[in-house]
Amino acid sequence: MKLVYFAWVRERIGLAEEEVTPPDSVTTVHELLDWLKTRGEEYAEALKYPEAIRVAINQEHVRQNEPIAGAREIGLFPPMTGG
Amino acid sequence: MPCRIAVRIQSEPFDTAAEIADIGRGDSDVGAVVTFSGLCRDEAGTLAALEIEHYPGMAEAEITRIAEDAAERWPVSALSVIHRHGRIGIGEPIVLVVAASRHRQAAFSAAEYLMDFLKSRAPFWKKEHRVDGSAGSWVDAKEADEQAISRWE
Repeated sequence: MKLVYFAWVRERIGLAEEEVTPPDSVTTVHELLDWLKTRGEEYAEALKYPEAIRVAINQEHVRQNEPIAGAREIGLFPPMTGG
Repeated sequence: MPCRIAVRIQSEPFDTAAEIADIGRGDSDVGAVVTFSGLCRDEAGTLAALEIEHYPGMAEAEITRIAEDAAERWPVSALSVIHRHGRIGIGEPIVLVVAASRHRQAAFSAAEYLMDFLKSRAPFWKKEHRVDGSAGSWVDAKEADEQAISRWE
């Protein structure tokens, strides 16, 4: 699946997007965040406060208990400040 | 007649007067047009500009979903939303909402609803460029904006 990052999540991870293949044991957004944190210091720092991370699956907002099965694209970003 | 919804995400400035003229054109049933313009503030002289990042594709889709919700709640004839991205100078417009309806109340309410949800649901993020050249920070989301949504539930 493709992960896309925005704002300070993008800056801290140091990437705008990447393709990942999480292990089968990762079934929800919350588990995905936990798994990403093990991939390096940048990830651990960016995702240190998971409650501050907003998530979209296939460009629609979801909660962190949402299953990730069937997700083509998952966006991770801070609370939005539009308008 | 279904509500006409138009959403544009662009870096260029926009012409508010032209948007107001466009929304009523060809629809003689429109009796009220309400607009909201959001501008870039200088925060007591400390800011030189804002850099607005967005999630391409989702930004359009999410604002369209919000506009569709508004059109289900109130009898509006048309809703247009323009949101800019990239570098925005002080005093420049960032966002425009134009709502048209037969009578004014639907247009006022729909415009307010759209802005309330756009602020904390549309995927945009603001970064500060400071006058003194120091590294600007990302603007924090406001609790008040989150609370503004709850009054519509």
